[in-house]
Amino acid sequence: MFTSLAAEGGGPTITASGWFLENVFIIPLIMAISFAVILFFGKRMPKGGSEIGIAAVGICFLLSLVTAGQWIGQVNYAENDCIIDDESHVICNGVQVDENHGDEESAVAFGENEYAAGTVLVAGVEADGESKGGAHPAVDATVSQRTWWSNGGIDFTVGTMVDGLTVTLLIIVTVVSGLVHVYSTDYVAGDRRYTHFFAFLSLFTAAMLFFVTSENILQMIVGWELVGVCSFALIGHWWEDQDNSDAALKAFLTNRVGDMGLLIGMIILFFASGETWSIIDINKFAIAGETSHTLLLIASLCLLAAVMSKSGQFFLHTWLPDAMAGPTPVSALIHAATMVVAGIYLIARMYGVFFEGLSIGGSSINALALIGGITTLVGASLAFVQDDIKKVLAYSTISQLGYMALALGVGAWTAAIFHLMTHAFFKACLFLGAGSVSHAVHSFDMKKDMGGMRKFMPTTYKTFVIGSIALAGVPPLAGFWSKDEILVGTGGWGFFEGEPHSNGAYTVMLVMGMITAAMTAAYMTRVIYLTFFGEFRGGHHDDHHDDHAHDATHDAVHAVAHGDHAHELVHAGAGAEVHHDTHDDGNHHDQHSPHESGPRILWPLRILAFLAVVAGFLNLPKGFLGLPKGMLQRFEHFVEPAGASYFPPISHADPSWSLAIFATAVVVLAIALAYWYYFVKVNSQSPAATEMINGPTERSSLLKAGHTMLKNNYYLDHIYDSGEPVGAAGATAMATIFGSAAGLALGFSLDNGLDQPFWPSLIWGVVLGSTVFIIVNLALQTGTGIASFVKGRLAWVANWIHENIIDGTVDTIGETSVTTANAVYRYIDQGVIDGTVNAAGAGSSGAGSELRRWSTGQVQQYATVMFAGATLLAGLLIIVI
Amino acid sequence: MYLVQFLLLSAVLFCIGVYGVLARKNAVLVLMSIELILNAVNINLIAFGAFNRSLDAAVPAEVFALFIIAVAAAEVGVGLAMVLTIYRNRKSIDLTEVDMLRG
Amino acid sequence: MTLMVGAVVAQNVFFWILAAIMIVAALRVVTTNNIVHAALYLVVVLAGAAAQFILLGAEFVGVTQVLVYIGAVVVLFLFGIMLTRAKVGAEDDLNHDNLWPPVMTAIMLVVIMAYAVIDFAGSDEIRVLGVQETRVDEVSDAIFTTYIVAFEAISVLLLAALIGAIVVARKE
Repeated sequence: MFTSLAAEGGGPTITASGWFLENVFIIPLIMAISFAVILFFGKRMPKGGSEIGIAAVGICFLLSLVTAGQWIGQVNYAENDCIIDDESHVICNGVQVDENHGDEESAVAFGENEYAAGTVLVAGVEADGESKGGAHPAVDATVSQRTWWSNGGIDFTVGTMVDGLTVTLLIIVTVVSGLVHVYSTDYVAGDRRYTHFFAFLSLFTAAMLFFVTSENILQMIVGWELVGVCSFALIGHWWEDQDNSDAALKAFLTNRVGDMGLLIGMIILFFASGETWSIIDINKFAIAGETSHTLLLIASLCLLAAVMSKSGQFFLHTWLPDAMAGPTPVSALIHAATMVVAGIYLIARMYGVFFEGLSIGGSSINALALIGGITTLVGASLAFVQDDIKKVLAYSTISQLGYMALALGVGAWTAAIFHLMTHAFFKACLFLGAGSVSHAVHSFDMKKDMGGMRKFMPTTYKTFVIGSIALAGVPPLAGFWSKDEILVGTGGWGFFEGEPHSNGAYTVMLVMGMITAAMTAAYMTRVIYLTFFGEFRGGHHDDHHDDHAHDATHDAVHAVAHGDHAHELVHAGAGAEVHHDTHDDGNHHDQHSPHESGPRILWPLRILAFLAVVAGFLNLPKGFLGLPKGMLQRFEHFVEPAGASYFPPISHADPSWSLAIFATAVVVLAIALAYWYYFVKVNSQSPAATEMINGPTERSSLLKAGHTMLKNNYYLDHIYDSGEPVGAAGATAMATIFGSAAGLALGFSLDNGLDQPFWPSLIWGVVLGSTVFIIVNLALQTGTGIASFVKGRLAWVANWIHENIIDGTVDTIGETSVTTANAVYRYIDQGVIDGTVNAAGAGSSGAGSELRRWSTGQVQQYATVMFAGATLLAGLLIIVI
Repeated sequence: MYLVQFLLLSAVLFCIGVYGVLARKNAVLVLMSIELILNAVNINLIAFGAFNRSLDAAVPAEVFALFIIAVAAAEVGVGLAMVLTIYRNRKSIDLTEVDMLRG
Repeated sequence: MTLMVGAVVAQNVFFWILAAIMIVAALRVVTTNNIVHAALYLVVVLAGAAAQFILLGAEFVGVTQVLVYIGAVVVLFLFGIMLTRAKVGAEDDLNHDNLWPPVMTAIMLVVIMAYAVIDFAGSDEIRVLGVQETRVDEVSDAIFTTYIVAFEAISVLLLAALIGAIVVARKE
């Protein structure tokens, strides 16, 4: 019952077909089976279930490669020069490929579609010096579906959809997941829930693969929730420690807030597009303009809320840094490369809805781009003040996700997905590198426990530096190509260079992106200095060497895996065992020195660093150095569904050398500045110093206030975690920021257009920000005043009523009853009743002591007796009578 | 499918529930067993409704079952509130200790 | 005809699988030593009941069962277990000492009920074939017209239960 849907509308398209494209459901299925097998049999297997996980991911990776191969084949197939001649033959590259008998002028079937005779399907490439014009048929996604359930005229289908975006994500997820699996066999070795960990890694991979191959929005919702659940389970892997389970709850609940938006948005889309769940159909409806624009806008905003929570966009991002409480492989896989990009993937998939709903083409600001831009700035600024290396990377992830959202918001679809891919590689490399370092020093605190690691861990150092350079965006590494494409895509550079052919003039986003690029380079330089240079500050584990607690399996595993070294990173909770490293080799001293990690940690690092270097060449910009067309823009060619029925017509900005040079210069300048600050000035204080004494924040109170605000995460956590009163300063700071941002956005949208001056918007921003500042301050003061006034008065009135009216009534009633009771007692009770009662009493006490045995007071015994009796009676009634 | 298999299933669940009510010491477990009983009754009702579909009995059966679900939810709520109060006062929800009816 | 027979066979197979699961889970509810496990087995029973409802063509009740029972009542149970400080893991103090009276009562009851049921409905068949037209609208029509009084009564009952629970369980 699997059917392939034919494409409709727009220019000629063919629907891709191929066995792997139609049966891609086996990829998530394999991972799901792996999950079940590990769960049930993992504990009995020699390697605790990890071998199943790794094998399954390996198979899925190979299948993904083959699927990608088939997809590429289909795209190439569509590019062939094909002509349908007057005899209804299809001639491709001079060779007849159809089986028609040529005596009809009727429609010809080609691929899955039919074309009238005389249609020319041509690739838009110059051939033999003459350009043949027209575009080659676009390739529509392969959709396989079956109806699962039908109720009330609505069909609920389940199926898969494969196109370039899908195969990209398939490969990314399987590669990163596979490397994380291998890495974890070393990192969580000896853990008390080793099998459970691998089971959830498999489940997560299955859920993510299920999510990216979804054909309809219901499946996307299911996959979305599933990855959220796996994230919860994996963050809270060491739940004995209260902080970890709090972090897991925070992640899950923050995601829940956004999920409201997801559900509402999806339901709006369902009804707005004529009651269909299919992604392709919804996008088609949106693009064709048959849906009300307001509905699309509202749906986009609701889905945007979901993306904000899942992909850590500003003000719902607070869960991501806390999620670093989970094991590092989990952070690398879930919170850097795969789960957090689920929101980006959602926007990319439903791009028709977003493009039309938010009017991305032709404007200079929209909600998605603005939120993405703010997120990049917020993430990058907060990354400067973190001491924990993983938290730096977490904020960096938030910042880079902001880049992807920004790219989607300005219409640079391919740039966003390309950045998603390169980011997955270098961010996973950085996270796994951080894990490798922490494995050696058993801590994540850069200031207290690291420093000078370059001597001890050369390979980790090199891969980490490669990852950082890629992240900063220095050519020719991967980050440069993807980030530059985003910056070009904003179209803001066009002011200086003429018409950029972009989707709009998002100058503000360009500025935000540029500033963030500089900040990214700077904070990564800081991290590298604090971690790998200077003097080693760690090794204060003397107090722990007295109590060792190991279990037998721990020692056995380590004897096998590491020879005499035993390492483990376990957060100790109350009553849990505390594991320490034991060095039995030659260079054992009281202050143990860290050493390089084993091959299972290093090889994933090497592979990811390699990918971080070369992945950028997949999408060289148009006209790069005069290379042949077949070598340029390969990623975009195969991944972007340009011309497909479900993809909106977006413009592609021209690449700009001057912007690339300028951006690189900005980044290099930022690295130089940070280098000067840390490597030169801080190091000159002392090799072990981590910050400047009497530095800028000490000398300037404004800078100190800014630093404090950054340290408090912009007071967002104070607002969200009830119980901590929001400082008035914090509240007004937040309110002012919001107000200014709203004012800027308002100003820009009112002056919508490409050539408007920006200063009216600035005035709007200042006015609105100040107004909000004043209002919030007044409200805070008035509120407190009113509350205390009302409280006092109310309390006094309540007390008066209570004492005089209520108590008075009760007292009177009480006195009356006492008097009556006395009378009754004296005349009636003692006189008449007592006599009778005494006589009866004697008789009943005798019976009572017999029956007392039955009154045990146990209700259930009463019930038993009752039931038994009732049953017997019923039995009599039914059977006998 | 035979009607009788549903009725038997319902009877078995009912009796397991009765056993649970009588045999368990923990008050929460007793409430859970009551839930079993109520579910058995629901299955019974719906089975009869499906059996008598031609006599238009399916809809009243479903309505009845819905009402039973609502009542069960209310009962669990109040029951657990009482269990909590007992727990607060006596620090234990062991039903053998709740024997104030003892004569 | 073959399709119908196939469908009936499938229904029977599913019914027996579900029934077996439900009965095993129900037995575990009343015999397990771990309270939390008992709650989880109860979830299995409730889910099985929901599946049975859907098997009988009463989808709305099935879905409501999942939503209300599993989604709310079981959560309430878990809260109750947590708030009464149930021990983590097995505890062996959950059953009475003398289990013979309950066992005998239960067995007697099941024998009598089985006899009555088989006597009454020995060979009656239920036919649930094909996709049933949704009767959610019929159900809602019935609730709000024929059974409106009962509906209002249930509303008041829920209100009373809500207030009662709050009053009973509040701290002094």
